[in-house]
Amino acid sequence: MSGDNLKVVGHNEIKVDGLGLVTGLAKYTADLADTDVLHLKMLNSPYAHARIKKIETSHARDLPGVVEIFTHENVPRIPHTTAGQGYPEPSPYDSFILDRKVRFVGDRVAMVVAESETTAKEALGLIEVEFEQLPAVLDMEEAMREGTPVIHDEEEARVIIPVPYDPKINLAASVGMEIGDVEEGFRKADVIVEDEYYAHYAQHCPIEPHISLAIPDPDGRILIITSTQVPFHVRRITAQALGIPVKRIRVIKPRIGGGFGTKQEVLLEPAVALAALKIGKPVICELSRKEEFISSRTRHPIKTVLRTGCTTDGEITAVDMHCLSNTGAYGSHGLTVVCNCGSKVLPLYKCDNVKFLGEAVYTNLPVPGAYRGYGATQAAFAMECNMNEMARRIGMDPLEFRKKNHIDTGDTSPIFEALGEGGEGVPQTVESCGLDQCIDKGALEIGWKEKWGRNQGDNKIKRGIGEACLMQGSSIPKIDMGAASIKMNDDGSFNLLIGATDIGTGSDTILAQIAAEEMGCSTGDMIVYSSDTDMTPFDVGAYASSTTYLTGTAVRKAAVEVKKQIKKVGAKMMGVSPDHVMTKDRSVISVESGESVSFKEVALHSLYMSDQHQIMGIASHITEKSPPPFAAHFVEVEVDTETGEIKCLKYVSGTDCGQAINPKLAEGQTEGALLNGLSYALTEEYIFNDQGQMLNPNFKNYRIYRTTDLPEIVSFLVTTHEPTGPYGAKSVSEIGINGALPAISNAIYDAVGVRLTKPPFTAEKILLALRKIKNI
Amino acid sequence: MKLYVTVNGKEKTFRIGAEENLLDVLRREGYKGVKRGCRKGDCGACAVLVDGRLFNSCVLPAMSVTGKEIITIEGLGTPNEPHLLQKTFLTEGAVQCGFCTPGMLLAVKALLHGNEDPDEKEIKVALDGNLCRCTGYVKIIGAVKKAARLIREASE
Repeated sequence: MSGDNLKVVGHNEIKVDGLGLVTGLAKYTADLADTDVLHLKMLNSPYAHARIKKIETSHARDLPGVVEIFTHENVPRIPHTTAGQGYPEPSPYDSFILDRKVRFVGDRVAMVVAESETTAKEALGLIEVEFEQLPAVLDMEEAMREGTPVIHDEEEARVIIPVPYDPKINLAASVGMEIGDVEEGFRKADVIVEDEYYAHYAQHCPIEPHISLAIPDPDGRILIITSTQVPFHVRRITAQALGIPVKRIRVIKPRIGGGFGTKQEVLLEPAVALAALKIGKPVICELSRKEEFISSRTRHPIKTVLRTGCTTDGEITAVDMHCLSNTGAYGSHGLTVVCNCGSKVLPLYKCDNVKFLGEAVYTNLPVPGAYRGYGATQAAFAMECNMNEMARRIGMDPLEFRKKNHIDTGDTSPIFEALGEGGEGVPQTVESCGLDQCIDKGALEIGWKEKWGRNQGDNKIKRGIGEACLMQGSSIPKIDMGAASIKMNDDGSFNLLIGATDIGTGSDTILAQIAAEEMGCSTGDMIVYSSDTDMTPFDVGAYASSTTYLTGTAVRKAAVEVKKQIKKVGAKMMGVSPDHVMTKDRSVISVESGESVSFKEVALHSLYMSDQHQIMGIASHITEKSPPPFAAHFVEVEVDTETGEIKCLKYVSGTDCGQAINPKLAEGQTEGALLNGLSYALTEEYIFNDQGQMLNPNFKNYRIYRTTDLPEIVSFLVTTHEPTGPYGAKSVSEIGINGALPAISNAIYDAVGVRLTKPPFTAEKILLALRKIKNI
Repeated sequence: MKLYVTVNGKEKTFRIGAEENLLDVLRREGYKGVKRGCRKGDCGACAVLVDGRLFNSCVLPAMSVTGKEIITIEGLGTPNEPHLLQKTFLTEGAVQCGFCTPGMLLAVKALLHGNEDPDEKEIKVALDGNLCRCTGYVKIIGAVKKAARLIREASE
């Protein structure tokens, strides 16, 4: 279907939850607690690795206002993973609500519930803990060396799917594959580029921290209102961690103040639910910004050793990628993130000989989890720098080199089948690819022809431009499921119920647009209710770039079903065959006579007049493939050769997300992602002391980009049509974060001829690199 | 202790603790549009206008606003009658999760109060204390420019 025929999809509809958001009346979790709610606070470990020998809580208990104190001695000891994934989870069961051992600075020691937050905090200081300090593993490259302390020595740690897992050597996950013969490929190569790239720790920094509220009801059930990306997984995993049936838990997701992956983790829900059930009163827990940094989740730091070879005429003959991922003290998303380093990066370029090994190791450092980009960010950094380097060495324009080699419409890659999300993937052929247009338009916008390789600037200030090409996926094929139900009301409006989780992305809006388009009505006719485990159908939640592609198709299917029922009633009302009517502008229209009945008339007829019934449809969807969105990013930087100072002047991103359901919201996704990528590449950094303690857990010292940091930003969408997606749509939310690391590294090289592989690319690092080449 | 203050045009008396910050008081009194993001004055989610100037209410002692006029997001516009700034933020795609939006909108209001035609640099400086992790700020800045123009046109 061409975009021109679309009445709702492809239009910049206003967010369906927008008025509540701009007037401050929309309710987030914190806004739904009564004033007499009890407050839960965690006691965080001061040590990176220690055994708890004794906890004395009596002084804390004596403090007026303290209601309950939990330690490992009085909570259920049930191994689970906090990863918030579908069942069976690919992450190891290596976590407990509270444990006898702490494994990183910030790990949980105990929990206090009190009448006020102040009292709870005061009580934390009165808990006396005797620790036996253990040697800590603070370097991921040391984690698997012989004699290194074992971080998960508890007997319960295990995986529930058959994947490599050996906690005795701190191996949390491992995955690999080889196609063709890589050594043979390198023999054919005229040029071989090998380097080591270190993607670093970073935090998601949603402006709303993690927060969960549990409210017990008199029937023994518990309502959890929580800032989550995955309400259904929260229900299942909380039930598991507490050892209670799923049916006793209801999870509601209100408005969410950003997630970016960190709110896929089931971190606070088991704690507040446990406390509320035990005490019989509502309990809330909200992380402080410091806790958000040290004890919630981060991006996986990954070292990528990448060796690639090509011929002088630009054929890539071999790729050998080894990713070593630091999964911190717990294995959350350890396997799948490192697997995606391969599966979301390697298929981009055609090559017959490709080898991949991904390993995730435990350390006594903060715990990474899902973070927008999910492995692709880390490995695309390596791949796109190597691509740039190979092109230079064979004297080919890096853009031409990519255009010659990138996967295109009609192509497949054996890597799609060899590598998926934690193991093997599914075979697929690319059916939509607008990467060439992204490259061409982006190159014009940045001035590639005039500027690249031209040694611009003067002796002191040099300018350079850099580039990166990217792909991601759209949901996890054959695993993820989304469902939707649509119910017709008296006035011809509809309740659209979805388990999909709008965390600020606008998914409620674009799903309403898809339903309205299919039905022949407007977005405003859709009353969207998302994410309430008692009320809405199941959905895996907001992750893996899945909602538009996966849930969008479920919504469209449900709309098709409802439309069929509407047409049947409308046709009967007009005395014509249902095969000879269509829906348009909120009406059922007879194709032959042009006669019509409105949706309102159909609704009233079906509810009150004859053959009364509820017009309602439900549909589920799983995907057979995960079509990649594509993007090309460009950046222009200025480097001061005397101070090393770097300034980003302009950033251009072109993205092929298929048919954008709502272009403005899709652009917003790409802009938000690219700026987060830029901030990650240039300023964001976890600074640790030699005891594994993060020293800068606040926005003053962990700098995320603010308005005055903004360069000129140009973002554009290239429309393609993905035949397997709803109205041709693919995903858009993650891909944009992957470009800045390599594009800036390439731009710095273009400007001053040094290759930086250890971001963030600070003035100090650039200056050191410059001094090094000057000495040579 | 009692705090006498004007909030969104209405005179109020709040019972407060001596050490309390304005954020906690406002939220307790029902102004839930004032958001809590960092409690350190670093993110701007809790920003309110005090006598027309932007302050992070989390680091402002409640007692310090005695007798002053506070504007929170609830005082800017309502769903039935949204302020032009609020409408423009929506039409320009400047809102994603919405958590930074109340503080951001009040920062824009403070800016436009003294400068009806701000250039891009002035907009960036005015919004520098309001962190947003969703939008990349691009559409927010675009919305401010457009709203400023619409306001100028309306007053001509």
